[in-house]
Amino acid sequence: MGLRNYIDKIKPNFEEDGKFAKFHSTFEAFETFLYTPNRVTNRGAHIRHYADMKRNMIYVLIALIPCFLFGTWNIGYQHFLSLGEDVTFWHTFGYGLLKIIPLYLVSYIVGLIIEFTFAEIRHEEVNEGYFVTGFLIPLIMPVEVPLWMLALAVAFAVIIGKEVFGGSGMNVVNPALLARAFLFFAYPSKMTGDSVWIAEKADAYSGATPLGTIFNGGTVNDLPSLTEMFIGTIPGSIGETSKIAILIGAIFLILNDIISLRIIAATFLGAVSMGLFFNALGTTPAMEVPYYYHLWMGGFLFGTFFMATDPVTAAQTNIGKWIYGFLVGAIAILIRVANPGYPEGMMLSILLMNVFAPLIDWCVVAVNIRKRKKRWAAAERRTK
Amino acid sequence: MITAPLRKANPITVLILGICSSLAVTAKLKPAIVMALSVTVVTALSNLVISLLRKGIPSKIRIIVQLIVVATLVILVDQFLKAFMYDVSKQLSVFVGLIITNCIVMGRLEAYAMSHSPWESFLDGVGNGLGYGMILVIVAFFRELLGSGTLFGYQVIPQGFYDFGYMNNGLMILPPMALIIIGIIIWLQKPEEER
Repeated sequence: MGLRNYIDKIKPNFEEDGKFAKFHSTFEAFETFLYTPNRVTNRGAHIRHYADMKRNMIYVLIALIPCFLFGTWNIGYQHFLSLGEDVTFWHTFGYGLLKIIPLYLVSYIVGLIIEFTFAEIRHEEVNEGYFVTGFLIPLIMPVEVPLWMLALAVAFAVIIGKEVFGGSGMNVVNPALLARAFLFFAYPSKMTGDSVWIAEKADAYSGATPLGTIFNGGTVNDLPSLTEMFIGTIPGSIGETSKIAILIGAIFLILNDIISLRIIAATFLGAVSMGLFFNALGTTPAMEVPYYYHLWMGGFLFGTFFMATDPVTAAQTNIGKWIYGFLVGAIAILIRVANPGYPEGMMLSILLMNVFAPLIDWCVVAVNIRKRKKRWAAAERRTK
Repeated sequence: MITAPLRKANPITVLILGICSSLAVTAKLKPAIVMALSVTVVTALSNLVISLLRKGIPSKIRIIVQLIVVATLVILVDQFLKAFMYDVSKQLSVFVGLIITNCIVMGRLEAYAMSHSPWESFLDGVGNGLGYGMILVIVAFFRELLGSGTLFGYQVIPQGFYDFGYMNNGLMILPPMALIIIGIIIWLQKPEEER
């Protein structure tokens, strides 16, 4: 085990008064990345869930792989479709890889540099939180986003969204969504306009996303068919076009008990009831979009499974999860339909509910305490 | 007395007062500076006047007396701006009038001018106005530079940057960003104050 020996040899340099004491956290991160740490808790009871943070994070990454692969292919597919060229599968996929790899490099390099820097300043261990965030960020970006904007968004999301609150697990809002929201408000022309969804498209080719179409005055008939939206051969943010890929990942996560079924069910319920409500009103073209279309359009599914269920930013109590999920779904559809300026309501509604999640939990707990007090008082009276 | 409100007792970053107006007027540097000066004038003079009157004000109606003094000064400032800097006054619009309700002004009157001598109160007012103005100018500097690429309305970011794909940050023009910048200033300031 040459590597182990080498690590042990250089370890003293990174201890308290070694030469590179400043880089202790960095060293620690790489050491535990390569080898299971040999430290164990040495007192007190320590029963833990078998799935620790590392395991959870890896599962989420695995679940995202179908989205990643399909997204990569779809970048190439949309590009060649817009040019009217017919090319082989591997050519298409290769083109997508060329587009997507720079996004990932920027996302991880910028994010990890910030994570490591903060860990060093605070003398904490670097943790795995950023791996999932860094993987999610490119998936919810349009493919044509300039790299410097991506870098800026990542820096903003990690610093303002996470580090100021104390790092992974302390964040109030989902950092990946914050990155997108930042770009959405800071550089609207790069996030909405219909040219950004397809890489180097031919000029004449219209490439609006389904949501964009409907809010630029299109009707239901201008939309891609449900099958197209389900398979995902439509323009859109990189990872969220294919509902099949998302569902594969989601089923994997549900089977492994990583994401909360309550939140998912509640989100669907919220979206469907809001959709039905608008269908019943039906005064504008946007309101006439059938409710089941909303579930397939835009980032609804992706947001439901991978963003709204984020264990850190979602509500924690069981009743809280129902309320939280229902409002995420309902507000998403409300924003989509009622405000043509913000077609992607899912992002905004999840961020909004992230902020409210602690309040929801607090109320649920408070109500519970009051109920128990009453019950206790009643029991007390009976015994007297 | 003048320097304390600049750092240790800064009205915005430490006492968290006057946030609303600092969100509203900091999208551009010029209105921010004018606003900062107006507030300084109002705090300084109202502190002075109230301190002179402090022995004669019945404590039951002191808030009303303070309000009258502040309102008079604000109207003076407002008229002055309208006369000599009409365009800026239009940009600031209602926020000059709202200096009356600025927590810093009332806060200093209650907390300081009511119990200190006129000269001390005057200095305290100047210091607090400047402490407020300093943060306003810092925030406005970043917001105008990154949000519009200009300073005082002059283009400072070269055209070459834009040709290269640089774009103005639209979020900077929106008020939430002012809040975030103030948050960052507080974040950077806190550890230093604690030392």
